[in-house]
Amino acid sequence: MPDLGDEPAPAERRSIVRDGIGVGVATGVYGVSFGAVSVAAGLSIAQTCALSLVMFTGASQFAFIGVAAAGGAPLSGVLTALMLGTRNTLYGLKLAPLLGFRGWRRPVLAQLVIDESTAMSVTRQSRTAARIGFVTTGIAVFVLWNVFTFLGAVAGNSIGDPRDYGLDAAVGAAFLALLWPRLSDPRNRVIALCAAAVALGMVPITAAGVPVLVAGGVALLAGILTRAADDSTEIPHP
Amino acid sequence: MWTAVLGAGIGCYLLKLAGVSLPAKVLEHPVVERIADLIPVALLAALVAVQVFAEGTRLTIDARAAGLAVAAGLLVLRAPFLVVVCAAALTAALLRLVFPGL
Repeated sequence: MPDLGDEPAPAERRSIVRDGIGVGVATGVYGVSFGAVSVAAGLSIAQTCALSLVMFTGASQFAFIGVAAAGGAPLSGVLTALMLGTRNTLYGLKLAPLLGFRGWRRPVLAQLVIDESTAMSVTRQSRTAARIGFVTTGIAVFVLWNVFTFLGAVAGNSIGDPRDYGLDAAVGAAFLALLWPRLSDPRNRVIALCAAAVALGMVPITAAGVPVLVAGGVALLAGILTRAADDSTEIPHP
Repeated sequence: MWTAVLGAGIGCYLLKLAGVSLPAKVLEHPVVERIADLIPVALLAALVAVQVFAEGTRLTIDARAAGLAVAAGLLVLRAPFLVVVCAAALTAALLRLVFPGL
């Protein structure tokens, strides 16, 4: 737990706000991709915008329309989106004591709990800095993601293939950038490699969305197994 | 489809709300804490892999892999998020311009 009384300097505040808006712009740009891909998957413009407004968590949204595009049952799209969405529950558990939001702010700001806002706040050295990072990033991403989703959905096929702009490559790079700070831990590097390998192994044999869920199972297993390993070292008590 | 869109959307919101509403004590349990640390790592790594190397149910190496390599290089150099993402997109777009179909 960082020292929550340590106030950020004005230069640090500006830097946090700038980074948050930067993340918002980057995420917003590939919101165009989501909008265009969603309409191409057979959803209406209104349904596409509803996903970005209500679901508002990119990985779940891409997984949901991925299943729809592959002709999967809507229910499996829902389940995939929800399983991926449990990530935000864990983010929330970590964020709640750090941010300390109470009353009406909690249900409102809960909607902003996503990869980007979490990544931009959990590493901060004070509660104020964490709040600035969370709120700036969350609002920037929410506004721009929804605006660009709408633009992408309306433009639809007329902007051509989102791949021509490299938007599909941008999504992978954005996930890698979110993952990067966690890779300083050797155990996390092993987990990341295992999860990536398992997911790729599942791609040819499972429906869209499932490989990522199976990879989540790797983490679950690793969490339980390493716990057991730690226990054996913790047995000698004075 | 509307039922699925709204059901999944509201469900995802409730998952977020549960996270910020549950007592932090849930995280004090060592197994929960460890899993909470590992799951985002595993899911993000899997999303990178699937997003870059999967085409439907086929594995493939195309312009996205080049974009990812550029992104990794820039992350090593501590480039900002926006630069990393834009460079990856630009790399893939330029490669496809030169080699259509990649």
